[in-house]
Amino acid sequence: MAFVKRYLIPRLIQYFLVIWLGITVVFLIPRLTPNDPIMRVIGELRGRGSTLEPGAMDGIIRDLTQLYGLEGSWLDQYWAFWGRLFRGDLGVSFFQFPARVNQLIAVAMPWTLGLLLTTTAISWIVGNIIGGLAGYYSRKSWSRILDAIAMVVRPLPYYIFAFALLLLFAYVVRWFPITGGASLGAVPTFTWAYIKDVLWHSFLPALSLCVLGGAVTFQTMKLIVQNVNAENFVQYAKMGGVTEDRIVGKYVIRNAVLPQITGLALSIGQIFSGALITEIVYGYPGLGMLLYRAIVNGDYNLIMGITLFSIIAITTAILIVDLTYPLFDPRVRYK
Amino acid sequence: MKTLRDLFRDYRFAFSFGVLVIIVVMAILSIFSPYDPTLWNVVPKDLKPSAEHWLGTDSNGQDIFWQATFAVRNSLIISLIAGLVSRVIAILVGMIAGYQGGMVDRVLMFVGDSLLVIPLFLIMVMLAMLVRQYMNLVILGLMLSFFGWAWDARVIRSMILSLRERDFTKTAILSGTGTVKLVLNEYMPFAMPLIFSTLINNIAWAIGLEITLAILGLVNLNVPTLGTMLNWALFYQSILLGRWWWILTPVVLSLFLFIALYWMSVSISEYLDPRTRIQRVGAS
Amino acid sequence: MEIQTETILRTENLKAFYVLDMHGTQKIVKAVNEVDLAIKENEIYGIAGESGCGKTTLLKALFNVIEPPLRLIGGKIYYRVNWEEVEVTSLSPEEKRRLRLEYISYIPQGSMSVLNPVLKIKESYQDFIASHVPEQSRKETMELAQKQIVELGLPKNILNAYPHQLSGGMRQRVTIALSALLSPRIMIGDEPTTALDVVVQRGVIQMLKEIQRKLQNTIILVTHDMGVHANVAHRIGIMYAGKIVEEGTTIQIFDNPLHPYTQFLINSLPKFGDKMMRESVPGSPPSLADLPRGCPFHPRCPYTKDICRESMPGFSYPDEKHRVACWLIGEGEHGKAS
Repeated sequence: MAFVKRYLIPRLIQYFLVIWLGITVVFLIPRLTPNDPIMRVIGELRGRGSTLEPGAMDGIIRDLTQLYGLEGSWLDQYWAFWGRLFRGDLGVSFFQFPARVNQLIAVAMPWTLGLLLTTTAISWIVGNIIGGLAGYYSRKSWSRILDAIAMVVRPLPYYIFAFALLLLFAYVVRWFPITGGASLGAVPTFTWAYIKDVLWHSFLPALSLCVLGGAVTFQTMKLIVQNVNAENFVQYAKMGGVTEDRIVGKYVIRNAVLPQITGLALSIGQIFSGALITEIVYGYPGLGMLLYRAIVNGDYNLIMGITLFSIIAITTAILIVDLTYPLFDPRVRYK
Repeated sequence: MKTLRDLFRDYRFAFSFGVLVIIVVMAILSIFSPYDPTLWNVVPKDLKPSAEHWLGTDSNGQDIFWQATFAVRNSLIISLIAGLVSRVIAILVGMIAGYQGGMVDRVLMFVGDSLLVIPLFLIMVMLAMLVRQYMNLVILGLMLSFFGWAWDARVIRSMILSLRERDFTKTAILSGTGTVKLVLNEYMPFAMPLIFSTLINNIAWAIGLEITLAILGLVNLNVPTLGTMLNWALFYQSILLGRWWWILTPVVLSLFLFIALYWMSVSISEYLDPRTRIQRVGAS
Repeated sequence: MEIQTETILRTENLKAFYVLDMHGTQKIVKAVNEVDLAIKENEIYGIAGESGCGKTTLLKALFNVIEPPLRLIGGKIYYRVNWEEVEVTSLSPEEKRRLRLEYISYIPQGSMSVLNPVLKIKESYQDFIASHVPEQSRKETMELAQKQIVELGLPKNILNAYPHQLSGGMRQRVTIALSALLSPRIMIGDEPTTALDVVVQRGVIQMLKEIQRKLQNTIILVTHDMGVHANVAHRIGIMYAGKIVEEGTTIQIFDNPLHPYTQFLINSLPKFGDKMMRESVPGSPPSLADLPRGCPFHPRCPYTKDICRESMPGFSYPDEKHRVACWLIGEGEHGKAS
């Protein structure tokens, strides 16, 4: 019970508070910006109203007035905003009318989720294992070479790195496709041909996310391991002649992974943003590409929908990672 | 002086310092540019690098070298505004939270942690969409600074927490030193090197985000920055058309800039934390 | 007692330095400097000295756990394994690993958390056992461990606990039990009683004595606490600035301390019926990175002569089993001091 009170409840409270704060910020942004951008959007829409049916036009304007607080006091608007969210209604997209924002996100999300889950898992696990070994054997030359590579890769922003890989592997040597999530006209089926096609298209985006994420994990893990290595229980195990494989695995890496779990939780937001940017570079049909098209078309409603969805998705992911922590650390489990 | 001499023994610091000097000199050269960076078609289009145009010219009819001097200058201005203003916020939040403790600490840290968790990039895209027509260097810098303080406030806070436990704090309080004076006179000298190293990280972060926002077209594209240069080069398909000198200029500049900033901050923080230093010693 | 004269661990001119590279300038810390020891079977040998005199480094060197920045600069270390002398520094890493715990084991400082925090005590035991005992007899050894724990007066279910659930004294006794599990011939204790409260200290000392009596092995005990030495040690070596400066039986050291430094150490102990102020050693120990010329104790010594500033004295032997390196006692005709 102490565990629930000391660990679980504070984390759940924080989870809901962060979601509340994030959504409130999203609510406030258009209201705190200097001009009335929504009126401008409406004006623009009215201006090119000829491309839309009149009824659709009215629907959009009604959506906008409700979503962006053009009616009633701020408090009324705030309540209305939350009401819509609870109904899961994010309104319509301006440029892909009459598609609803929900539907667009639902189509794009599996792509992002697939890319993000695999790359995060691979880069975290591989980064920790290699970083752990490199930290333990930090005097070996291979460890120093890996360190030097990480020192160069680590500071590169997602955009620049993804772009460099694209130039190299899609333009200079043409091993991989330049853009897209699958070949044009390929029909999504559960056949090996289609899966192969998807994997081939997602290889470069996945590679950039893995290398960048892996470099960070590698470096932090290496540093943590070097510190854990000096801990008394590791020294004692060495003094007790415990075999090296046991020391590396059960003593050093096992303990060094604990702060890495917390680190993963803290960096999920960044990894997510990085994935969106990477998708844009490679024209990969996930949330990032959806966001890009929304930006190009001035579709504020869609951008807001993606942001709200992301806030909830990211905080939930962090909560899940946080809740697995006690499985690895008995000091949290039994106190 | 001795500190600097020690730092220069680290090849990473020496390299970073060299690169940053070159980049700052480039930024200063912009004063002597013969061309107005906002005007198009001042030189013939799409020329390869030559004696006359060191880095060639672009499809807008601008000289790439002189354009790059402005780009570097503006990127540095944005990131310095972002870095310095967010430092002020981070120092204030970190010191208040660390020194006051209790409820104040909890609220400030909650806000900070939330900023770390929320996808800031998306929030920034939303903001930039809405203020796009007002966007200039200062506003962009302030926008970045408003979101870039959270991590460093946390770092400064934990430093203050450990300083607060030290003897000299108690001595100072017992001898009647005021809080403000204590923080400024006693804590700041300890925190300064740390703050400097977070400043470098923050500058790199701001430059990176500017590039991303510029590529998405969310800044004023007529102001040359590393990001807008990239945007134009991509817009004119410079890769497909083989105009490598155009696309490579901002890419290579930013690669060197990011690596130099990162290495400098690593080198400094290693110097500050003898523990990692000893480990490096052990590795040699 | 014939067997007592057998030397089980011996060093020749042992030198272990820390070589630090502080941003380009090399710094050498002479933590163990020309130490000659001959420790016998079935004895408790105490090593005493202030903190920072190189005691712990000497232990690491005796144990041959030498990792950068610590380096073995010179000298030899011999163990007598199965009636045969082995030069330890020349062994392969695997041979060294095998010797640990089975032949020579380590008892860590009391305040340190030496048990892996994410493993149950039982799992730690299993790791140590599996690293030394062949597959078929592991189960047996584990049962033995369980039995030993009960014998040593520890709670039976302690093996199922995690380290953070035990008290400091309990953890210390578990680690001593673990160190004694495979009946090693030598046990080396590094301040095993430090940072424990007095009652617990007593328990730990008794436990050590009991184990020694049962196993008839050698214990090398390092502590700055002369009281503990008086209580358990058969012989004592006094260490100062990386060197042994005096060595003798416990009675010789306490009744007839010859080196001025030893005299200070003994005089700082409280005695019954004596209400005088206890004086501690004046000044502070020298930095091992920047030793004074001559005898390293001369800046703090009340009897300094000119020669003390010039060169290090060799050992004199005022009595059987008693040796001391001090210009006040003799010329040290038996060569340079350790």
